[in-house]
Amino acid sequence: MKKIYGILSIFIVVCVLTAMMSPSFATPFNIERLILRTSLYGIISIGVAFVIITSGIDLSIGSVICLIGCGLPWLLIKMSLPLPVGLLIVILASVVIGLLHGLLVTKLRLQPFVVTLCGLLMYRGITRGFTGDQTQGFGKLFEGLRWIGTGRIAVPGVPLETFGLPVPFFLLLFVTIVASIFLNRTIYGRYLLALGRNEQAARYSGINTDLMIILAYVICAGLAGVGGVLFILDTNSAQPADFGNFYELYAIAAAVLGGCSLRGGQGTIIGVVIGAALMQVLRNMITLVDWIPTHIEYAVIGAVILVGVMADEVVKRVAAARRAKVSKS
Amino acid sequence: MQEHDSGEVLVDGQPIRFKGVEDALEKGIALIHQELNLADNLDVASNIFLGREPLKLGLINTSAMREASREYLRKVGLNVNPAQTVSELTIGHQQMVEIAKALSINARVLIMDEPTSSLSQHETEQLFVVIKDLAAKGVAIVYISHRLGEVRELANRVTVLRDGENAGDIDRDEINHDRMVKMMVGRDVSQYYALEPRDTGGVALKVENLVTPQHPKHALNFEIKAGEIVGVAGLVGAGRTEMLQTVFGITPALSGSIFIGDEQASIQSPRQAIHHGLALVPEDRKQQGLILEMAVRENMSLASLERDQKKGFLNRSKEKEISRQMVADMKVKTPSEMQEVQYLSGGNQQKVVLGKWLAMHPKVLFLDEPTRGIDVGAKQDIYKLMEKLAEQGVAILFVSSEMEEIIGMSDRALVMHEGRLTGELNREELNEESVMQLATGATLPSH
Repeated sequence: MKKIYGILSIFIVVCVLTAMMSPSFATPFNIERLILRTSLYGIISIGVAFVIITSGIDLSIGSVICLIGCGLPWLLIKMSLPLPVGLLIVILASVVIGLLHGLLVTKLRLQPFVVTLCGLLMYRGITRGFTGDQTQGFGKLFEGLRWIGTGRIAVPGVPLETFGLPVPFFLLLFVTIVASIFLNRTIYGRYLLALGRNEQAARYSGINTDLMIILAYVICAGLAGVGGVLFILDTNSAQPADFGNFYELYAIAAAVLGGCSLRGGQGTIIGVVIGAALMQVLRNMITLVDWIPTHIEYAVIGAVILVGVMADEVVKRVAAARRAKVSKS
Repeated sequence: MQEHDSGEVLVDGQPIRFKGVEDALEKGIALIHQELNLADNLDVASNIFLGREPLKLGLINTSAMREASREYLRKVGLNVNPAQTVSELTIGHQQMVEIAKALSINARVLIMDEPTSSLSQHETEQLFVVIKDLAAKGVAIVYISHRLGEVRELANRVTVLRDGENAGDIDRDEINHDRMVKMMVGRDVSQYYALEPRDTGGVALKVENLVTPQHPKHALNFEIKAGEIVGVAGLVGAGRTEMLQTVFGITPALSGSIFIGDEQASIQSPRQAIHHGLALVPEDRKQQGLILEMAVRENMSLASLERDQKKGFLNRSKEKEISRQMVADMKVKTPSEMQEVQYLSGGNQQKVVLGKWLAMHPKVLFLDEPTRGIDVGAKQDIYKLMEKLAEQGVAILFVSSEMEEIIGMSDRALVMHEGRLTGELNREELNEESVMQLATGATLPSH
């Protein structure tokens, strides 16, 4: 828990500052939108956290979101496939993508950066190809399915017109709990943390490191696929040329803010979720606060991440120095 | 590369203190490493003039550089195009490029560290011609080698080093194999070892015609009995670590069979080796033995997590129990079991690695340089532990470069030389000379 105090306090400070600077921030509508967006980005951030923990990286998330997000309505509307078949295909596609990344990284020893960079280019290109670069959406159909992305659940004592918890929030809750348990309570989570620090020593200890790394890529692409479905259900309109653009960077930034080191072996799921929330509050702040020009969004986000990572490094060094001293005495 | 702590280095009779490699180069002293230090993606001429490229209008004057390179290549008798990429050359030719590079800075003293370790017979002969030629032209050559035959052929004078100390000099006409071996051995057997004859059980591990990927020309055959401590001696690069790693599945064997007890075992990964009851304490504990940033407890349990799992979940109470017991048994000095192992001393780190494997109750324990870089107290703890394990019936195979350890700890020793097992010495035959003879590739007179 200690590890998330840092990110949690930054998150609270940014929230309080934004609330002070803009009266629209702490309104039920805005909070609801924030929770929704945090849920969507949180899920894909948890996915990439697993890959980052193995000291890998996945740059293809945005394109997987594009492929799945455009692919689902295309399969259901254009191809007129039944809903279960369509869902099965997109789930399978994202798992196969993860499997492919994992196999290339472990068996061919290709660099994760390169493999997933190629993925980034390929999946978007493929999507633009099969959709003919046409905007995809469900129109007025599939209301039931769309409830998963847009539904709201009333909180006792608050009228639903004022505030409701978005359905994806419960999905995020579920993914967070399962991922936390997996990472901290199962032997496989321990294996991931160990091999992320030192793959060789993990292998020498009898861990099937290749299998665990492949699993991490499958989790990442799988959750990116889930994200793709949720994003399209929410927006109901996706242009293959830019749907999901840059989302991998938001996910990676959230994971890093949440305490994952790109060197591997570190990170908590709850930290990553707070990281994702912080990213969304920052974007929200830039939109809401009048004197911050909207077009400098990337500059602000970049600067905050940099400061966060620097602060984290300083704290870690101080802690390490103190522990080393204890050890010697 | 490292500054000296005390003493004097004299160049042309003048004491001098080198602050770095550049200083030494300036004085005409060049070192050619065992592992070549060439930028093998660049061409020959660029390597010879690396860092001292002739310029013309601020740009590299390629033609002048290649012209000058031709001159140095001729001096070392290497007939290659200076524009050729280094990686396309044979290792022997690359070595010549290194020498040409040394000549280009007017080296007067050339230090060569095991220059023939990766050369073929023919390349070695060529190298010797060049070395003799350079010596005749007035270049002083320090030739570091464990191949005593080469030393005898080349040297005007031999200095033997043992455990970082000067063990003596031999002049040209007195150089012979036995004398060098005697000096390398020295004699001060320490008092740690109180090895009593031990009862051994049946064969615990048997290796037949095992071929390692690193030394595909030699097949290895040996066996160890339960409760036996077998040392593996040999010089650096003899293939001892490779042998252990192959049996343990890290670099799977090209061919051959491994038997654990009576059962034949197919071992393609450490995981399979562990399932057959093998354990390996590797040579490089920081890279291969430990997850440095993880706690003592997490390191101790790493190999046994799978065995102790509760349907995929961690068995935390079992993990705690193992770690507490091992810390106590092995006398690991740590403020807590949650301390990251990187803050422990070398000896205590090694105990953590050992503890990880003991928790698995291995039938066969491989130890690769088990006492390297650890203090005397911890060393003794490890020796005692080895003896205790052997008494419990564990078969132990340990690689060591410390002669004392081999002689003091082994019931029997295997000796390796350049990838092959050159001999086996039982307790009575085991002494420093017999080991060194086999380790340098000579055969034993008595065999």
